[in-house]
Amino acid sequence: MSAKIPLGLRAEVDDLYARYATILDEGPLGSWSSLFRVDGSYRVITRENLDRGLPLALILCESRAAIEDRTYAIENTTFALPRQTRHLITNLVTTEAEKSDGWRVEANFAVFESLEERPTRCHSTGRYRDILARDDDGDLCFVEKVCVCDSPLVPNSLIIPL
Amino acid sequence: MSAEEMAAAVKASDSIWSVEGAHRVPYRLYTDAEIYRRELDRIFHGPYWSFVGLEAEIPNAGDFLTTRVGESSVIVVHGSDGVIRVLQNKCAHRGLEVCKRSHGSVKSFQCPYHQWRYGLNGRLLGAPMSKGVNGQGGMPEDFKRRDHGLNALRVATRGGVIFASLDDPAQSLEDYLGPKMIRWFDRVFDGRRLRVIGTSRQRIPANWKLMFENIKDPYHASLLHVFLVSFGLFRADNPSATEMDETGRHSVLTSCRSDAKEASTPNRATAEMASFREDLKLKDEKLLDIVKEFDGSETVVMQTIWPNLIVQQQANTLATRQIVPRAPDSFDLIWTFFGYADDDDAMCARRLRHANLMGPAGFVSMDDSEVMDAAQRGIAADSSGDAVVEMGGRGTEDQDHIVTETAIRAFYAYYRQVMES
Repeated sequence: MSAKIPLGLRAEVDDLYARYATILDEGPLGSWSSLFRVDGSYRVITRENLDRGLPLALILCESRAAIEDRTYAIENTTFALPRQTRHLITNLVTTEAEKSDGWRVEANFAVFESLEERPTRCHSTGRYRDILARDDDGDLCFVEKVCVCDSPLVPNSLIIPL
Repeated sequence: MSAEEMAAAVKASDSIWSVEGAHRVPYRLYTDAEIYRRELDRIFHGPYWSFVGLEAEIPNAGDFLTTRVGESSVIVVHGSDGVIRVLQNKCAHRGLEVCKRSHGSVKSFQCPYHQWRYGLNGRLLGAPMSKGVNGQGGMPEDFKRRDHGLNALRVATRGGVIFASLDDPAQSLEDYLGPKMIRWFDRVFDGRRLRVIGTSRQRIPANWKLMFENIKDPYHASLLHVFLVSFGLFRADNPSATEMDETGRHSVLTSCRSDAKEASTPNRATAEMASFREDLKLKDEKLLDIVKEFDGSETVVMQTIWPNLIVQQQANTLATRQIVPRAPDSFDLIWTFFGYADDDDAMCARRLRHANLMGPAGFVSMDDSEVMDAAQRGIAADSSGDAVVEMGGRGTEDQDHIVTETAIRAFYAYYRQVMES
């Protein structure tokens, strides 16, 4: 049985995920990388590949610099139809991380997507399997963020990160 | 008018094509349900070799994967005798999909409904109660298990790649590909054992032919894909070529990357590219840490093989892309990313990193899925008229550059023969 997580910490974790969702849905996307530690990583994988032990990611950023490159590409080099996303994050479970000073957070996510002239649809659902730590200023940030998508099939494109 | 001439005249007036060649493509080809049915019958379920998977996905006896040839559900299975078979995933009793998983390993396949059980070779091993119970019921006397196996498709393999056909292709896979295409096919599938690194799947709301057109159209790549252009991965001013097999149904686009310094220097070609960004720099340069691994100077080789396969080599990312048609305005694209069994750790990491360029979230290919969506919307809103496919002329010959749509014309010239014969 892991140590009980204090309510204050749980509130901080909640706040980090709320900011995460707000940045991706409302912008500015440029702030997304600020929620990661400099050596922080971001990966989107499918349950299909995970279950088969295959390492392929839909998105693989191995550093905050790579996350910034992804952001730059989305905003400047990508052609994509205009869209609005809505990230819903629930069932957060925080535990002490086993191998580092920090915490392991798992949560469910659902991302809805609205494109012009089409009704809103569910783009993807899945589970975050994240590692959090405090940065030099003492704020919580992501050291590792893994988004495991339930469906192997992406509805057309994955533009805005999960 | 003779009967023959009459038939020819009727056929000509029936044709929805407004020109003799294939430089104008009728928009109805992307929306019409009857044309789509005909494509399934003639092309996907017809006498051609369709890609169904890689041997490396099913390395051991009992390993299987399920996929589709056209819309038809199939099981690709590694038999206990070592033979790769492709079986129709349709119970010989009442037509259920016998196998519902995408991958796995089994000793036999059992239909969930009445528990008919099939061997890895497709033979019916048992049908419960076929002799009746307490003297009651049972199958007729003349019921023979050997008459009720899973339908087996014709299979051909080369370099670890598995093809199948619901019909009889009449040609060997080698003759089907032809010498010009085999050269490029064997460049990647050179006999080394492959290592699959993962699958991506996307459902694209567009007609399947738009996917082939996209890969057969290097003209767009040097304009739409800012990412490719700005890093010199694919540019109109790079040494390139567009080649077809003798039928025109398969094609290959090749290109050689300019060196990094040259790539970021503006010139006459980049001036034509509104999307060229001189200032674009990666913060994490590992993304484009490219290692030369094949003979020759080509750094991009995109091959399209009729009727459902794209073989991609861009930087160090290798993948097959399989087209699965679903409706006139929908297809699935299944990407199987792979490397070689003898890749070292650095190469494995590099292939995973370069995979960021491709797939449903690829820096390059997400532009394409979005463009196909927009194309289908535009065409579906008014499917009268024709697309203009005249870049690089109106012919279908090979060209030693990529400012051309010749491979699209060659594809449609062959497509017309298949659909109108």
